[in-house]
Amino acid sequence: MHDIGDALGLAVALVLSGDADLLEIVLLSLRVSLSATVIACLVGLPIGALVAIGRFRGRDVVLIVMNALMGLPPVVVGLLVYLHLSRSGPLGFLGLLYTPTAMIVAQTILIAPIVAALSRQVLEDLHTEYAEQFRSLCLTRLQTIRALLWDARYSLLTVGLAGFGRAVAEVGAVIIVGGNIDHLTRVMTTAIALETSKGDLALALALGIVLLVIALGVNAAVQSVRITAARHAYV
Amino acid sequence: MLPLTVRDLVLRFGETTVLDGLALDLGAIGCTMVMGPNGSGKSLLLKLLHGLIEPSAGRIDWGGHAPREVTRRQALVFQKPVLLRRSVAANLDFVLKARGKDAGRRAALLDHVGLAHKAAQPARLLSGGEAQRLALARALATDPEVLFLDEPTASLDPASVLAIERIVSDARARGVRIVFVTHDMGQARRMADDVVFLHRGRVAEHSPAPDFFPRPRCAAARDYLGGKIVV
Ligand SMILES: Nc1ncnc2c1ncn2[C@@H]1O[C@H](COP(=O)(O)OP(=O)(O)OP(=O)(O)O)[C@@H](O)[C@H]1O
Ligand SMILES: [Mg+2]
Repeated sequence: MHDIGDALGLAVALVLSGDADLLEIVLLSLRVSLSATVIACLVGLPIGALVAIGRFRGRDVVLIVMNALMGLPPVVVGLLVYLHLSRSGPLGFLGLLYTPTAMIVAQTILIAPIVAALSRQVLEDLHTEYAEQFRSLCLTRLQTIRALLWDARYSLLTVGLAGFGRAVAEVGAVIIVGGNIDHLTRVMTTAIALETSKGDLALALALGIVLLVIALGVNAAVQSVRITAARHAYV
Repeated sequence: MLPLTVRDLVLRFGETTVLDGLALDLGAIGCTMVMGPNGSGKSLLLKLLHGLIEPSAGRIDWGGHAPREVTRRQALVFQKPVLLRRSVAANLDFVLKARGKDAGRRAALLDHVGLAHKAAQPARLLSGGEAQRLALARALATDPEVLFLDEPTASLDPASVLAIERIVSDARARGVRIVFVTHDMGQARRMADDVVFLHRGRVAEHSPAPDFFPRPRCAAARDYLGGKIVV
């Protein structure tokens, strides 16, 4: 108990003093997960939109695969990316293993299906409502998709936040492809996992506090997006 | 695109037959009022003519064109207007841009339907009647040659009803062919050049307005005009 109390005190001090190591880790976490979220949205939203308005053979199978991919275990994604990026792997020549780029790749693969599947649901519901009106207006497919993406913007923002929340809290994939190298690939979750086992509870707890605050912040953002959307009757 | 010829039109949903061998001819000009009891298929008939749904059987001919080929030259104001989750002005901007029309017409269109003061408001916060008026403005924005209206004044106050009727009459005077569904007898009398009465999946009567209102030929139309429930 005494140790934990001490560690907690130290952790709070670390956070409040803006400790340089801590800050570096937090910033790298944000950089990796935000990049992964942006790329996952750039990939996942168009796929979600196309599946939402498309009527093609095998669509049911695509839906099942998309939903299944939402639950990809992070360690499995990490392992697959590792196998591709390791020196003997097909992309080994890129020399990306144990770099932030590798971590971004892994997290992108992890959350792009989440963005695609959730946005597909959102856009399909909206399309059901708009479809007849849009047919009457003779909109092209591109006009339809753009209108749906824009009109679902608040819901899609919460989809993006959900993706970010999953990425920033994930440890399995980034620890395998990043390696938790100090000053290079050490992010909040990997640091917590490894510092705890090494006994540096203060740093682990400090990062835990920051991670919790970020999680709370994401949820607050989702909530305020919902409220804004409702106020404008845009949901 | 006109005249319109419809023959043997059938529309089924599984076991239910909504339209059952309907025939209809519409000439090049005027305002046709479509009447008939609830569920007689008025809304579905408009969607068929406009090319939004496919019939189970039969033929719809717009001067040699299938409905789907002329959808673009027509507009339909739905019974339940679907408005985009944007401001009133943005709803019009969207259609003007999508259809390659002059964006500068927005103000005139809003003014035309009496919504200029609501331009910045979210469209989905409009009242039922205001939403109908925005839907009408949006339809007019596409410069249709045929304008379908599905009970566009059902939830409007009396002054707004007259305002809408004036807008529609203006369009008619410009040569837009009007096909107008209504349950409002007074409105039908004010607007109609001819009346199509739907009953039991068919056109039970299609008469010029001066004949229809004083002396409807079919019994169902007589009952309907007389305020009796028609099934
Ligand atoms: N998708 C559908 N599946 C089955 N039945 C349907 C479907 N759409 C409409 N119907 C039925 O077709 C009938 C005609 O519908 P429609 O909306 O055209 O009636 P309407 O004449 O416009 O009635 P109202 O005056 O109430 O607007 C109704 O009985 C309705 O229940
Ligand atoms: Mg109807």
